[in-house]
Amino acid sequence: MAPSKTPATETMTGAQALVRSLELLGVDVAFGIPGGAILPLFDPLFDAKIRHILCRHEQGAAHAAEGYATATGRVGVCIATSGPGATNLVTGLGDAYMDSVPIVAITGQVGSASIGTDAFQEADIRGITFPITKHNFLVKKAELVPQAVAEAFHIAATGRPGPVLVDVTKDALNGLMEFSWPAPIALPGYRPTVTPHFRQVREAAAMIAQAQRPVILAGGGIVKAGAAPALREVVAKAGLPTVTTLMARGALSDADPLNYGMPGMHGAVAAVGALQRADLLIAVGARFDDRVTGQLSTFAPDAKVIHCDIDPAEIGKNRAADLPIVGDCRLMLEELSKRLDDVTLPDWSGWRAYLDGLRSKYPTWAGDPDDDIIQPQEVIRRISQVAGPEAVFVTGVGQHQMWSAHFVHLEQPRHWLTSGGAGTMGYCVPAAMGAQVGRPDAVVWGIDGDGCFQMTNQELVTCALNGIPIKIAIINNQVLGMVRQWQTLFYGERYSNTDLHTDRIPDFVKLAEAMGCVGLRAEKPDEVDGVIAEAMAISDRPVVVEFVVSKDAMVWPMVAAGASNDDIKIARDLAPKWEEDDL
Amino acid sequence: MSTVHTLSVLVEDKPGVLARIAGLFARRGFNIESLAVGPTERPGYSRITLVAVVESEVQSEQIVKQLNKLVEVIKITEMEKGLAVRRELILIKVKAEPSTRGEILQIVEMFRGRVVDVAPDTLTIEATGGYGKLRALKDMLEPYGVRELVQSGSVAVGRGARTITDRSKYDKTPKNQRD
Repeated sequence: MAPSKTPATETMTGAQALVRSLELLGVDVAFGIPGGAILPLFDPLFDAKIRHILCRHEQGAAHAAEGYATATGRVGVCIATSGPGATNLVTGLGDAYMDSVPIVAITGQVGSASIGTDAFQEADIRGITFPITKHNFLVKKAELVPQAVAEAFHIAATGRPGPVLVDVTKDALNGLMEFSWPAPIALPGYRPTVTPHFRQVREAAAMIAQAQRPVILAGGGIVKAGAAPALREVVAKAGLPTVTTLMARGALSDADPLNYGMPGMHGAVAAVGALQRADLLIAVGARFDDRVTGQLSTFAPDAKVIHCDIDPAEIGKNRAADLPIVGDCRLMLEELSKRLDDVTLPDWSGWRAYLDGLRSKYPTWAGDPDDDIIQPQEVIRRISQVAGPEAVFVTGVGQHQMWSAHFVHLEQPRHWLTSGGAGTMGYCVPAAMGAQVGRPDAVVWGIDGDGCFQMTNQELVTCALNGIPIKIAIINNQVLGMVRQWQTLFYGERYSNTDLHTDRIPDFVKLAEAMGCVGLRAEKPDEVDGVIAEAMAISDRPVVVEFVVSKDAMVWPMVAAGASNDDIKIARDLAPKWEEDDL
Repeated sequence: MSTVHTLSVLVEDKPGVLARIAGLFARRGFNIESLAVGPTERPGYSRITLVAVVESEVQSEQIVKQLNKLVEVIKITEMEKGLAVRRELILIKVKAEPSTRGEILQIVEMFRGRVVDVAPDTLTIEATGGYGKLRALKDMLEPYGVRELVQSGSVAVGRGARTITDRSKYDKTPKNQRD
């Protein structure tokens, strides 16, 4: 077909234009729930090339879009109606905003003439989501639909990724317009700085060459930027010790001896020690979150900081940068790799030996072996071993999340999905669903807590009906474990409202079966391997495996909130010896 | 120590842009002292003059960086003291007995103000100027009895031939990226 000189137009409704725009943007899957205001969109969606997965709650749709986006690196899409449909997306949007996940939410809105009248199912979702979206749109005219959708995808996926909401009034969906593609993108105020200043990168290489105790602080931006190969090259070439934040797990393989693990409040001693003793931090795609730094004034006190991020607002926000580099992490690391050839690097073997010593002396506490009580850390380690590094792991939020961050062995980026910044309980099941839809051939294991699971497990119905065979391990300690741990440590063991009584209700096996899943349970350590093997053998349905563990299991190491990282405890009242003389 | 910064923010004239900016200040805990919005010489663009009370250099940098992240913000320029003209408008309704009217009119003249409305026992005075001048005017009129006072936010423009479109201190290209 010969390309025409002028773009051909076609008359269609705003709803048809929206569906066509999504198709032309390459969207193959959307998660959503219809309703009054968005009904005009669901009619053309019925015939579209897009697979729409009918969820059970809009929060599930939003987290599924996140899971899809994180597992595939593409933009996730969720759809909801006006009013409560839209407000139910809020938690997912907030989660995506905190963790920079590229998703586009399409919401129906009441007719433009009714806006502001408190019409049925009217909510100012654009106003509500101002602070938790990267940008949002209210579209009141059919002819403006394609441009808003094109701009939304562009904003969501470029620069620092994030959620974008497109609110479309019912009359804009129903109205007729002339469709042409590509839609214009007119965003004069949106120009992310992608290419890092190469002179700054050269300076970074020079600073690294001067350092005695350098550490790479690898953040989630590395995964987002597709910078893991570049990171690996830099680490290998220079022999640079590296720590991977919660959001960066998998950016560097856990099999790499230079990966000293996760830093932070529940970080590995070697990772926390590396930051605290460093004289140079090379922070890449990390934002010095309070869960990583602890008390800021005593965080990495001797370190100069090279800070690379695509979002200039992150640089200097929490920790001053001695060398700021604004730009894409991948481009920065690729350039840094070249520039490292120009310098002579010092011998860091003593520094690495010190960190190796910390690692071998203070391995992350894995629970005391017990013949009668299942250790949650051991369950997670076994799932990881059996499923292997090709599997995708998704967690909820709390103790099981921290154990997973330590005991799931990751070798590749985008195989680890977790709610970091927002700490959204209920993320696991729907995010695992989204990941499985995006990676249909992968084994997707969700590792969830009994509290988290009860927030969003209804999406297992969606999974069962749509052939999405995720596996969910419930680490059932019968309580809101992380909150209880704080009560144990800081509130004199006064367990106010943390006992969920999940030993009695619900019966997770029956609940799983009622939702069309296979339900399994392990109550004794010798049952663990059997149920994991059983779960691995099932690929035609979702599986829920309940592991009954002690409510007293705690996450160690731990730095108390607001305390200095130097005061990390490897178990209750037990601090590591830093033995700085060895340095 | 807190300082006052005057920022000129060039934005796309789209619905909700003011709410975004006000919301950003509220959410990030920044303090706005005054805010004035109006059209510019370019259709489709508005200019917001924003006076912020800033606690530290880090906060002042954060305000600019976070504002710059708003998609509808085109450009931000700091209106530095001495390098910009800043004006506010004030309307004061002051009690004016026949015995005090003459004195009040003298004060108004001294401040290059104007009487914009007269009633048997009040005068309404209009004046423009910087923050200090208008405060002095208020102080002078206070003893006569101020019945009502309305004051606009500050508007500001840089001195000299350059305009916000070619000033680049807070261009979206960060400082370290520029040669």
